[in-house]
Amino acid sequence: MRPPVIFQTTPFFSSSGDRRLNTLAKHFLQTESENNRNMSTSPTSSHGDSVFAHLVLAPEDPILGVTLAYNKDPSPVKLNLGVGAYRTEEGKPLVLNVVRRVEQELVSNPARNKEYLPITGVADFNKLSAQLIFGADSPAIQESRVTTVQCLSGTGSLRVGGEFLAKHYHQRNIYLPKPTWGNHPKVFTLAGLTVQTYRYYAPATRGLDFQGLMEDLGAAPSGSVILLHACAHNPTGVDPTAEQWEEIRKLIRSKALLPFFDSAYQGFASGSLDKDAQPVRSFVADGGELLVAQSYAKNMGLYGERVGALSIVCKSADVASKVESQLKLVIRPMYSNPPIHGATIVAAVLKDSDLFNEWTIELKEMADRIISMRQQLFDALHARGTPGDWSHIIKQIGMFTFTGLNSEQVSFMTREYHIYMTSDGRISMAGLSSKTVPHLADAIHAAVTKAV
Amino acid sequence: MAVRNSLSGQLFRRSSVVAGARFMSSWFRSIEPAPKDPILGVTEAFLADQSPNKVNVGVGAYRDDNGKPVVLECVREAEKRIAGSQFMEYLPIGGSIKMVEESLKLAYGENSEFIKDKRIGAVQALSGTGACRLFAAFQHRFHPNSQIYIPVPTWANHHNIWRDAGVPMKTFRYYHPETRGLDFSGLMEDIKNAPDGSFFLLHACAHNPTGVDPSEEQWREISSLIKVKGHFPFFDMAYQGFASGDPERDAKAIRIFLEDGHLIGLAQSYAKNMGLYGQRVGCLSVLCEDEKQAVAVKSQLQLLARPMYSNPPVHGALIVSTVLGDPELKNLWLKEVKVMADRIIGMRATLRENLEKLGSPLPWQHITNQIGMFCYSGLTPEQVDRMTSEFHIYMTRNGRISMAGLNTGNVGYVANAIHEVTKSA
Repeated sequence: MRPPVIFQTTPFFSSSGDRRLNTLAKHFLQTESENNRNMSTSPTSSHGDSVFAHLVLAPEDPILGVTLAYNKDPSPVKLNLGVGAYRTEEGKPLVLNVVRRVEQELVSNPARNKEYLPITGVADFNKLSAQLIFGADSPAIQESRVTTVQCLSGTGSLRVGGEFLAKHYHQRNIYLPKPTWGNHPKVFTLAGLTVQTYRYYAPATRGLDFQGLMEDLGAAPSGSVILLHACAHNPTGVDPTAEQWEEIRKLIRSKALLPFFDSAYQGFASGSLDKDAQPVRSFVADGGELLVAQSYAKNMGLYGERVGALSIVCKSADVASKVESQLKLVIRPMYSNPPIHGATIVAAVLKDSDLFNEWTIELKEMADRIISMRQQLFDALHARGTPGDWSHIIKQIGMFTFTGLNSEQVSFMTREYHIYMTSDGRISMAGLSSKTVPHLADAIHAAVTKAV
Repeated sequence: MAVRNSLSGQLFRRSSVVAGARFMSSWFRSIEPAPKDPILGVTEAFLADQSPNKVNVGVGAYRDDNGKPVVLECVREAEKRIAGSQFMEYLPIGGSIKMVEESLKLAYGENSEFIKDKRIGAVQALSGTGACRLFAAFQHRFHPNSQIYIPVPTWANHHNIWRDAGVPMKTFRYYHPETRGLDFSGLMEDIKNAPDGSFFLLHACAHNPTGVDPSEEQWREISSLIKVKGHFPFFDMAYQGFASGDPERDAKAIRIFLEDGHLIGLAQSYAKNMGLYGQRVGCLSVLCEDEKQAVAVKSQLQLLARPMYSNPPVHGALIVSTVLGDPELKNLWLKEVKVMADRIIGMRATLRENLEKLGSPLPWQHITNQIGMFCYSGLTPEQVDRMTSEFHIYMTRNGRISMAGLNTGNVGYVANAIHEVTKSA
């Protein structure tokens, strides 16, 4: 029987309150006057005062807030080029066929249960994820020098890695490229590291400031942690060439800097999983240590399922196993163990050669569509005679283009053309289609020729 | 350190960089192997044991009478409806709005005025652990000089959570070993002696690990005293519905505090009561003075969640909102949760009967007085070790038994083992 839910706003000195105060009195050894003092001195004891009254409204997340603003706009021509989530030519989100197939299998399999995963997550998933990024024949894997733990997508992997370093690594500085994904500084600061920057993007060329990068890494104290975007740099889309990567690697190793790769777009950048993993693999091949955060949000379309992995490549198997035990101590007080659904899907896809092959085909289709959008946008701006050099649109790689538009121009495009993007001028190419490219080109053209 | 650096510096200058990397020793070589988690480590040891008689009464995951994990029917049905029909887009940072709404109704009451007045700042969290961690981080940010008062004993991970969030801990008396019940006068004294405006962690129902809950009258006194002292009550509710079989009844402590005008914080978990363990679904809520404050609190919680995991996993949240949002499925859930609670209550009675029939000289009424998944048996660590080494029965060394691990097939064996290790005590 359900008891009735009673919500009287009990005045402090009602009769039932009095009764309880009397009962309470026997727990007080103090005098009446001390009682009164206790009741009046605490600012939180009066009815209704919150201990969190001093909080102010936090600003919207600059990236995720774009989608909120987009959702509110009633215009039929609105375009969401904010968050990096893939859209089809029809502008719809996409769940990959391989994912749907595995989902159906999971649902119809009565033997599946929902028990807690181990703290480190699904073992198969971890093993296969390491193979995916390092290559199945990687010596580090053969020698058991890699520890891999399932985490909550890229963000979770970065945070767990950051907290691990703050607890166990002798250096607190982590160097982030300028610019970088907006969430990076917050992740590492809250993890307990000190954020520094190194030059990366050259606005004049809309390309890599290679000299600045080498200078800044060269000046970093020995042992500093260096965050590297494995491929498809977010937000600029500017990646080092293979030759530049080799120079970077040599410098990092000679200065005994510790590389921490963020790999959120493997397969999505060039369309080839192996090609996109090359920078990471070259750092493993030289025998050194590194961390890598992997995400399956984009390349397997598993965004909301929060699937990712943190791998730490160590000098020896013994160290790797100690590292793993300490990673568990970071994870347990954060969320105990990771969510089961997404990792189970990924493991099933990676393990089965048919599903894996089908996945690579679907992945290439997504990457190719984005490359084609780049070409179409470039051609459309060229056709309109929009002033400026727009070749960076086809030179940059991955989901994002750093247009070079400033925040006034961005506001103009939002106001007049209902184009939603982050104020740094970053657009998600995945949000474009052949139908909407002309509208965007018009907006860019107008912004560049009209706005001050 | 300086000598080593200059030596390795010379090596780098002389050799190729590729070879130079190999001369470095590991940055992590001085890392110590971490101790095994006291709770999850028990299951690892159990799995490794080859004995046919082995029993796992360690981790708190429900088992049916055949010792098998259970996926609830209402959950299976919800999953069938979800599969294939949903995109996997990012949830908002604060998670599924629908799931949060349903969670608040469950905890605060279907017709709660606080929900109507939009006074609750709430976000989806990574089960109970995630909700506690998010609150601890929130407490640290906005009350950096505060501490958290935790009961003795409490779930072991509570220590780790508040520690990693940077919040120092103090304790308050809770369990009375002599009576295997509540140390009520100790508890009240510690609440009184804490400085005004302290933060207190309370288990809403089915205290973990002891199974000892205050009575309704005791809760009312606790609430009044906390009110007088101006303390902040934070409830960890991991077992709503699972303790008595009735979610409304299990929320009684919370409802008392709400009646008394407390502005509570609350961590909810669906791991046990909906069997969604590995999906990591929960909710963190903070009751505020008004809607404006609730919106501010929620926005600040989001600022803490974004650099931790960006946004919470969608699958488990969809299951919860599908089940709780559909009257038929919700009714099915209520029946199934009662079945689980009843089986555990039945096992408590059977275990106690068996021990008394065996002629144990010790008192065992605490087994049926305690509530929820766990029983604080009173076994010493040495006795626990004997349970494992002689009888292949796995439990945590504090003597905590997960009643869910007992069934009609093994309860006699376990009773016998307990009797054997305690009869000469």
